Amino acid sequence: MTETGRSALAPDSAGTFSAVVERTAVTRLSVTEFRSYGSLKLDLDTRPVVLTGSNGVGKTNLLEAISFLTPGRGLRRARLAEIGRRDAGEEVSDMVRPWAVAAQIALGEDCYDIGTGCAPDMSGAGRDKRTIKINGEAAKSQSALGRLVAMQWLTPHMDRLFVDAASGRRRFIDRMIMGLDPEHAGPVSAYEHALRSRNRLLKDGVTDSHWLASVEDSMVRHGVAVAARRLETIERLRAYCLVGDGPFPDAKIDMTGELETWLQELPALAVEDRFRDRLAASRQMDAVAASAVVGPHRSDLTVHYAGTGRAAEECSTGEQKGLLITLVLAAARMQAEERGYVPLLLLDEVVAHLDAQRRAALFDRLRHLGAQAWMTGTDAGHFEPWGSDAQFLTVTAGTVLAQTC
Amino acid sequence: MATTDIDRLIQLLAKLPGLGPRSARRAVLHLIKNKEALMIPLSRALDLAAENIRTCAVCGNLDVVDPCPICADPRRDGSVICVVEEVADLWAMERTAAFRGRYHVLGGVLSPLDGVGPEDLNIDGLVARAGQDEVKEVILATAATVDGQTTAHYVSDRLGDCGVKISALAHGIPVGGELDYLDDGTLSAALKARRSI
Ligand SMILES: [Zn+2]
Repeated sequence: MTETGRSALAPDSAGTFSAVVERTAVTRLSVTEFRSYGSLKLDLDTRPVVLTGSNGVGKTNLLEAISFLTPGRGLRRARLAEIGRRDAGEEVSDMVRPWAVAAQIALGEDCYDIGTGCAPDMSGAGRDKRTIKINGEAAKSQSALGRLVAMQWLTPHMDRLFVDAASGRRRFIDRMIMGLDPEHAGPVSAYEHALRSRNRLLKDGVTDSHWLASVEDSMVRHGVAVAARRLETIERLRAYCLVGDGPFPDAKIDMTGELETWLQELPALAVEDRFRDRLAASRQMDAVAASAVVGPHRSDLTVHYAGTGRAAEECSTGEQKGLLITLVLAAARMQAEERGYVPLLLLDEVVAHLDAQRRAALFDRLRHLGAQAWMTGTDAGHFEPWGSDAQFLTVTAGTVLAQTC
Repeated sequence: MATTDIDRLIQLLAKLPGLGPRSARRAVLHLIKNKEALMIPLSRALDLAAENIRTCAVCGNLDVVDPCPICADPRRDGSVICVVEEVADLWAMERTAAFRGRYHVLGGVLSPLDGVGPEDLNIDGLVARAGQDEVKEVILATAATVDGQTTAHYVSDRLGDCGVKISALAHGIPVGGELDYLDDGTLSAALKARRSI
């Protein structure tokens, strides 16, 4: 890797950090009644983890279990009712079945016990929710997890990230921001709530302008906060996506949208006023469109292949995969720099699409990052370059997991 | 007592917030075992409460007299009205004794997604009260949730012509944490540091 093209802001890509950085690692994992697993316990050290086995044996299920150690719906964005174990061929109903994931997380010298899971709501009120325990104590909200565990993931579901709807890219960037600042979840869900409230009022034909203005005021305050935070984060992340020539393409990233354009030109308070005026003026139009014409729910993360200047969605499948890897590694590095902890990385079926040279390059980057990366694949041979620097586990059909070294 | 009577009791108790069928069954067994000491007094207290408790026509508080003792107490500062979502919030504030003015219970928050509109809340009553000469300030103490803050915005909008000072509890009220969960120190601080709107 050369020194050229690397921003002064970017950390040394050879792997040294400007501050002391510890790794986040899962050192014990137990899953109960989770997807294909009845009961499974794994004892691990802090090295990266390689999970191999044929398709459909439940490798991704384990990554998903780990993804529940952060706030949200996990890497499959699952509904709670889908997660509890079912027999093969059994249909998913709306009934939530109990499941649990427990893990010991090592953060540098410190250790935390995290438990999460779901017990069906017995009151029949349908208010099922995921509960969380940290060191044996019930946590009030999921954000407590976000403050503790940093994580990034890359899954085959994300292969179409650049091609599919912008909502996926907004989720991607918001999750990345939450990885840096768990409090970002607040304004994001507050904005969504206010937007849905306004949509409902317009749909119901409510004309009380005091009421509409009050809901719009919530949209404005939270919406501008969300947009500003996205812009700020992209600004910092940009340098990490331009590391100079390497095996993975440099990415040029931007947040685009009307609010973002205003924020570049005006102070935030003036943007709030403009947003408020636009909402008040567009009520009739928005009633027809069943949503607001302007707001951070219309913004988009645009990504360009830095070398060619081509938009990501027009790049080849291989180039898109490369850009995704660049983005995820950049986010992980930025998280490590800003939080002082290297995040856990969940890389599902990532190496399958890479040739030997790029595989080796990816492993190199992960080594330098110092992350406990969880990698899945069908071919154990692909992971040979790790040697004894990783823990190799074989996943076999059903629930058994055999350690091969 | 026939089994069906016991079942019915369990079913009723299980409808209480925080109680499921299992704890309801335990509670019922406990009541039956302590019939003289607990079950009969409880039943009398429930009867009495059901008969006598009314909603204060002024502020929306619950008590056996109307107007409630807070509204009727001449020593309370009638120039300040604190607006809360629920009676539980009013009681929580009273427990801390941090506030010596009067209250107004909205009876919920505006929530388009739950079908709750201005006509479902006691907002007109508040506007009428705020229009009285005696009232100088209205403190909005709705929760820091989106609906709570939207409601505060709406109420302050509606009070715009009443000529009263409108203020809100200072930041620091935890998001989603209703007043009910605040301790008195936090509440006093939030009251002292209230900001006008
Ligand atoms: Zn009263």
